[in-house]
Amino acid sequence: MAIKSVQAKQVKQLNFWEKLYLPEIARGLTLTFKQVFTPKFTREYPEERFIPAGSYRGRPVLVEEENGERCVACGLCSRVCPAIAIEVQAGETTREKERYPSKFEINMLRCIYCGYCEEVCPEEAIVMSKDYELVFTNVEDAIFGKDRLLMPVSQLQDRLEFLRQYRG
Amino acid sequence: MELLDIGILAAKIFIVLHVFLIGAAYVVLYERKLSAWVQKRVGPNRVGWRGSLQSFADVLKLVKKENIVPKAAHQGFHFLAPIITIAIAIALWCVIPFAGPFTVAGKVIDLTIAPGLDVGILLLLALSSLGVYGITIAGWSSNNKYSLLGGLRSAAQMISYELSMGLSLIGMMLVMGSLNVSEIVVQQSGYWFGFLPKWNVFVQPIGFLIFLVAAFAETNRAPFDLAEAEPELVGGFHTEYSGLRFGLFFLGEYGNVILMSALMATLFFGGYNAPWLQDLAFFQQNEVLRAVLQIGAFSFKTFMLVTVFIWVRWSIPRFRYDQLMNLGWRVMFPIALLNAVTTAVVLQAIRS
Repeated sequence: MAIKSVQAKQVKQLNFWEKLYLPEIARGLTLTFKQVFTPKFTREYPEERFIPAGSYRGRPVLVEEENGERCVACGLCSRVCPAIAIEVQAGETTREKERYPSKFEINMLRCIYCGYCEEVCPEEAIVMSKDYELVFTNVEDAIFGKDRLLMPVSQLQDRLEFLRQYRG
Repeated sequence: MELLDIGILAAKIFIVLHVFLIGAAYVVLYERKLSAWVQKRVGPNRVGWRGSLQSFADVLKLVKKENIVPKAAHQGFHFLAPIITIAIAIALWCVIPFAGPFTVAGKVIDLTIAPGLDVGILLLLALSSLGVYGITIAGWSSNNKYSLLGGLRSAAQMISYELSMGLSLIGMMLVMGSLNVSEIVVQQSGYWFGFLPKWNVFVQPIGFLIFLVAAFAETNRAPFDLAEAEPELVGGFHTEYSGLRFGLFFLGEYGNVILMSALMATLFFGGYNAPWLQDLAFFQQNEVLRAVLQIGAFSFKTFMLVTVFIWVRWSIPRFRYDQLMNLGWRVMFPIALLNAVTTAVVLQAIRS
């Protein structure tokens, strides 16, 4: 099949006033001038913070109840984590819930906020929080241990409610 | 020349220089604010009251930065280029009158650095065409192909638009019959039909329009900022500049914007004349107050024209290179020429 050569055509024929440039430029200038008086879009960040909805995937945290964390140190989150950011070591107690994580660390430099850990957790013990302000000044600071990962269940109600709806 | 005259001259130069430099710094802030408003943003508002000290923070940052000169660059010219740019932007202020002459203690003070210069406009055109050297030398001496392209583009652009710029002034000069800037301003002080100020923009609207477009091209500002064209040329002629030398280019650009605005205010908008206001008996009697009013009027006109510069920059997209050349040579040049010829013919018809 022969390839036909296609003549490129100017799609829009400009009329006389459009060819003059100036009226169109004046139109553009009025458009930008109107924008000056419209309400601004900027959020003044440190004073005015963004409060995310329950579906927001912030930094993963461990759910803390009155008698300690929910986590039973099964290690599923650590296995599923695509970025290999989670490290869990199990310990045993004499309480009714026998296992607990003696060490639970998330390397926040590796974490990609995918939420797989939350999805795989059988105990709903690790969930994504609303916390998005993560700042560290050195690499050691970026590895979050249990001290920084535990968050009381009362602060996570939005997320838990969202998960309940989402899972049906 | 007496010692007192030299003192007055030095004071005038000192004031103009400092007002110009601080004004250029504040135009940078104003541009950032206005561009923010056009884009529904707030703009810098952290340093000082509503960001009023932002320009000083910017300058401080540039001063603190290391000045890097590429190894392959031509050391001498690389050093010289920003100086040429800023020196020309400053030197041109010598012919612009800021207010009418007034008398203090029997001494007439003319608020122009070089009063009564009979070749004022020629000097303006000559000096402003030197501006192309700063940019071209910067592009060439950097030994960087993008810089060189930017420098060459700007050389071609500025030379092309200078023609239209000069021609657009010819009509105005014919009407005024003088090249002396102070005299041109004085001639614009009356009224037509008793109410319309005798500004050149009403006599030479086409000349003004061409001068305005050429001024955009001469200052290398959008929509004619092909010399820097970030998407194509990294930063154009100032890619290889850093620290204070980059700061000088930056200052030169904004200085040129103020200068061109002041020029347009002087040549087309009646300069320091404050119509109606300066005819009040109060200002007629008190010469010093009248000078203050005139400085205010001049600053206001310049400020409004600077606003137009910034407003246009944030509204209109950049021209392509061939479009730029087409506009310059095929549209603006013939119109400017026609304008000059028509003015000459009409003037001759009126006079004979």
